[in-house]
Amino acid sequence: MRKLTTPFIGLSAGMLLVAPWIINAAPYESTMGLVQKVFYFHFPSAILFLVASLICGVHSFRFLFMKRQSADAWALSAAELGLLFGALTLVTGPLWARKAWGVWWVWDPRLTSSLLLFLIFASYLMLRKYGGPGSERLAAGMALFGMLNVPFIYVSVNVWRTLHPQTSVVPTLPTDMGIPLWFCFAAFTMLFLALLTLRATLELQRARVEALYLAEDEA
Amino acid sequence: MSEFFRVAWHIVRKDMTVEIRSREILFTTLLFAVSVVLVFSFAIVREGRAPDDVAAGILWVAISFAGTLAMGRTFERERYNDTLRALMLAPADRPAVYTGKLLGLLLLLGLVEIVLVPLVGLLFGAPIFSYPIMLITLLATGTIGFAAVGTLFAAMLVRVRSRDTLLPVLLYPITIPVMIAGVRGTAALFQATPDEPMARFWIGLLIFWDAIFLTLALWTFEPVMTE
Amino acid sequence: MMRFLRVCALFVTLLAVTPPALLAQPQPPKEFVPVDEIPPGEQIPAINIVAAAYGFVWVAVLGYVWSIASRLKQVEAELTELESRKR
Repeated sequence: MRKLTTPFIGLSAGMLLVAPWIINAAPYESTMGLVQKVFYFHFPSAILFLVASLICGVHSFRFLFMKRQSADAWALSAAELGLLFGALTLVTGPLWARKAWGVWWVWDPRLTSSLLLFLIFASYLMLRKYGGPGSERLAAGMALFGMLNVPFIYVSVNVWRTLHPQTSVVPTLPTDMGIPLWFCFAAFTMLFLALLTLRATLELQRARVEALYLAEDEA
Repeated sequence: MSEFFRVAWHIVRKDMTVEIRSREILFTTLLFAVSVVLVFSFAIVREGRAPDDVAAGILWVAISFAGTLAMGRTFERERYNDTLRALMLAPADRPAVYTGKLLGLLLLLGLVEIVLVPLVGLLFGAPIFSYPIMLITLLATGTIGFAAVGTLFAAMLVRVRSRDTLLPVLLYPITIPVMIAGVRGTAALFQATPDEPMARFWIGLLIFWDAIFLTLALWTFEPVMTE
Repeated sequence: MMRFLRVCALFVTLLAVTPPALLAQPQPPKEFVPVDEIPPGEQIPAINIVAAAYGFVWVAVLGYVWSIASRLKQVEAELTELESRKR
């Protein structure tokens, strides 16, 4: 994974630079017009937000139950990325909603549960930062609870009647909207994987530095 | 299996014995819950009347705040007397210890709710006696969900710096779905024409969440509490 | 004694002044008034919204990448220094 980070970052940067032209070429949506183009960044951010939660949960599980120390670094990186992509989703979404629905925010199940997951990430990171020694295990326990939100968020638009579009919209997009979408999705995913690896590497290197300092003190 | 419940029962008895002698946590939590209801009432009342539909929300906010306080205080007492380490060292199943603490907290919150519900009924004219069994079920399932996660987190945070502020910060985002279900279900019962199917739907959802939260909490209690 | 009387006088004055001050404010509407369409003065042009959304994404992502890169450089420098000291 480490070897792929540089090509991934380079490729995704290139793709994101080119993206505005590709998005511009996509047709306008009939009722919303220009503002619908926010979708091409909003959708990948939202999916990667949910994926980050799953990755954090899985690595927390490995850390707690399988006692893999290195899994903790990956859980932390996933949580930070979850916070980043959650922020992207929760900013681009309301900006779009202001034009499309007339309000910045509604308390429907999808938006509420997404906000809650974002808060769970924030509290996870606060616990790790301010909890003192031993807080990694506690945070890992918390991440497992947070992961339970993900299926709920995804399914909520199909179960309840909400303003937010349902999950059936994306698979049935016309091709000339689909191409920019999956283009941006690929760019964001590569960026996500590269950042995840880099952040985890940073954390693991820090652990090595601390171990070396400790060894020096003892010698 | 009976060993499990025996251990849990011992822990409940221990907590009850300590509590009955001082009644400290019970009285302070009760008074706090009543204050919360009153503060919200004063904040919301206009022209001498509260708007309709606020009774359910205020009830559950009071339960949530009082519950957080009670959890923190119960485990603070354990930490202060260093008995938590004794509990962890005892040759007892960790999940049994968790269950014992959870049952103790549920008893405490149950007593608080016995006072809160009539108070809310009195202050807001809410029809608390029209569907008593459904109301009790709603309160029970909601409180169980909230307390299940809360007991785990409060136990987790006992040795952590800034535990008092971190407990609500960690607890609320995860238990808000339970709170929403509780409020919506109670509001459906307190309406002018009570909506029974709606209340039943929310009870079903609460039972679902309780099962998930309890299972996950029982599972994670051991690895999280081990040093 | 005088100080106490002065405080009481101030208190009574404040009590007397408050109700007229409250009544003088415009009364809020008694119930929810729905609107069909947002008045032109309150509409935001779509291009502003799209630009704000994309701009935020770029700033946030670049900011995070920069933060990781600088921390990584710092840690790797520390690591090489420690490892050379070990030898």
